[in-house]
Amino acid sequence: MSARATFATARRVLWQIRRDPRTVALLIGVPSGMMFLLKLVLEDREATFQFIGIPLLGLFPLISMFLVTSITMLRERSTGTLERLMTMPISKLDVLAGYGLAFGLLAVLQGAVVSAVGFGLLGLDANHPILVVIGLAVANALLGMSLGLSLSALARTEFQAVQFMPAIIFPQLLLCGLLVERSQMSPVLEAISNVLPMTYAYDALDRVATSPELGSEVTTDVVVVIGVTLVALALGALTLRRRTL
Amino acid sequence: MAPAIDIRDLHVIRGGRPVLHGIDVAVEPGQVTGLLGPSGCGKTTLMRSIVGVQIVRSGTVRVLGSDAGSPSLRPRVGYVTQAPSTYADLSVRENLRYFAAIEGADGERVDSVLDAVDLTSLADRVVRMLSDGQRARVSLATALLGEPDVLVLDEPTVGLDPVLRRDLWQMFRELASSGATLLVSSHVMDEASECDMLILMREGRIVAVEEPDALRSRTGETDLGQAFLKLIEEPA
Ligand SMILES: Nc1ncnc2c1ncn2[C@@H]1O[C@H](COP(=O)(O)OP(=O)(O)O)[C@@H](O)[C@H]1O
Ligand SMILES: [Mg+2]
Repeated sequence: MSARATFATARRVLWQIRRDPRTVALLIGVPSGMMFLLKLVLEDREATFQFIGIPLLGLFPLISMFLVTSITMLRERSTGTLERLMTMPISKLDVLAGYGLAFGLLAVLQGAVVSAVGFGLLGLDANHPILVVIGLAVANALLGMSLGLSLSALARTEFQAVQFMPAIIFPQLLLCGLLVERSQMSPVLEAISNVLPMTYAYDALDRVATSPELGSEVTTDVVVVIGVTLVALALGALTLRRRTL
Repeated sequence: MAPAIDIRDLHVIRGGRPVLHGIDVAVEPGQVTGLLGPSGCGKTTLMRSIVGVQIVRSGTVRVLGSDAGSPSLRPRVGYVTQAPSTYADLSVRENLRYFAAIEGADGERVDSVLDAVDLTSLADRVVRMLSDGQRARVSLATALLGEPDVLVLDEPTVGLDPVLRRDLWQMFRELASSGATLLVSSHVMDEASECDMLILMREGRIVAVEEPDALRSRTGETDLGQAFLKLIEEPA
């Protein structure tokens, strides 16, 4: 690995995103807009706003980074730039770490803006430092990014890549505990939710929103999120082939 | 002198069908070698094997004394794919700066490469806004950044106007006289006379390896296009 190639890749990905101001505006603006909407919808139900608002705020980056990464990576494969990189003195880890750095930075920005709106303007209150929420949001962003990276290998077209979002993300949103507590689900659904990474991402945010103490469960959640991220990155690395048919 | 590229009994299968049927060929260093043949004959597949991105069935491909695709070769071999591979949403200069960082080339090198492919005035243009020929030159410029010892160029002059083609061929000649080895594919024969050596392919096999003059005298044709037609139309 070389730090130079990693940083160059991160810088290049950020350049690409910067060239597309509308995407930047959507990435940064949509989560805040959703928080406003949630506040309006739950006008008289302040308690509900509190315990849905914080997890949602922390899950946004997972969803948006999943989408942006899978499309960026798909383009990298389909335009031949990945093949070109594979003939150059750059390691696959540099490519992956560069992506992680770029999207991680973007997630910090996204998390900071939506936190400023949620906690500053809309009266969310977390019992715990807001930095904890932003930290979880960034970890979730990296989880979304690594899932997007590895799954992009299965997509041939951008249409397919976009459809992975409902296919991969929506079931996890339904099962993670946000809508219905997992203990109230059928044992089968609960068992399925136990192996879905978003369950752990949600659980950590839920505890930050509602528990006075951050116990060892949050640590477990974070370890799972980071673990799945690393496994997905490793799978992603396997899909970056130097030689193809 | 040892050949820069040495290929022995190379077999490649693509999409379930044999595409290269036992290629044996050597490319001399410090020369411009043309790889010519009708479209679909396997030029791109052969070039991909040389730069080490093609899964091959059997045979050996050695480049500068190492196995094709080995890490030590990556800084020494430049490859320009047939379809320009560039980041369409970045400017010309941003593309080059990224690849330069990987190759360990500096800003001055970026400027001189831009100049060599006549793109200085378009350096800050987003690649998406360029014509096909301009985009092909960005792709070519990228491969020149690391000053490679071996340059593999897949139809680099397709879609370019005659003046630019002449300038590029002059650049290829200069690169070769400064010691680089160039393998340039084309499916049009009028560029063949610019090469020191020609490799003629047909349907996944080598038909001939010879100098342009030798090809002319052997076939009795002054026009290399006619000479090639004569060769591929006679039974193999
Ligand atoms: N990705 C691929 N999958 C399967 N077959 C391919 C692929 N690319 C090329 N081929 C086949 O391999 C043969 C040689 O193709 P190619 O090397 O691209 O020829 P050329 O560059 O001389 O036009 C053709 O018959 C083509 O159909
Ligand atoms: Mg070709």
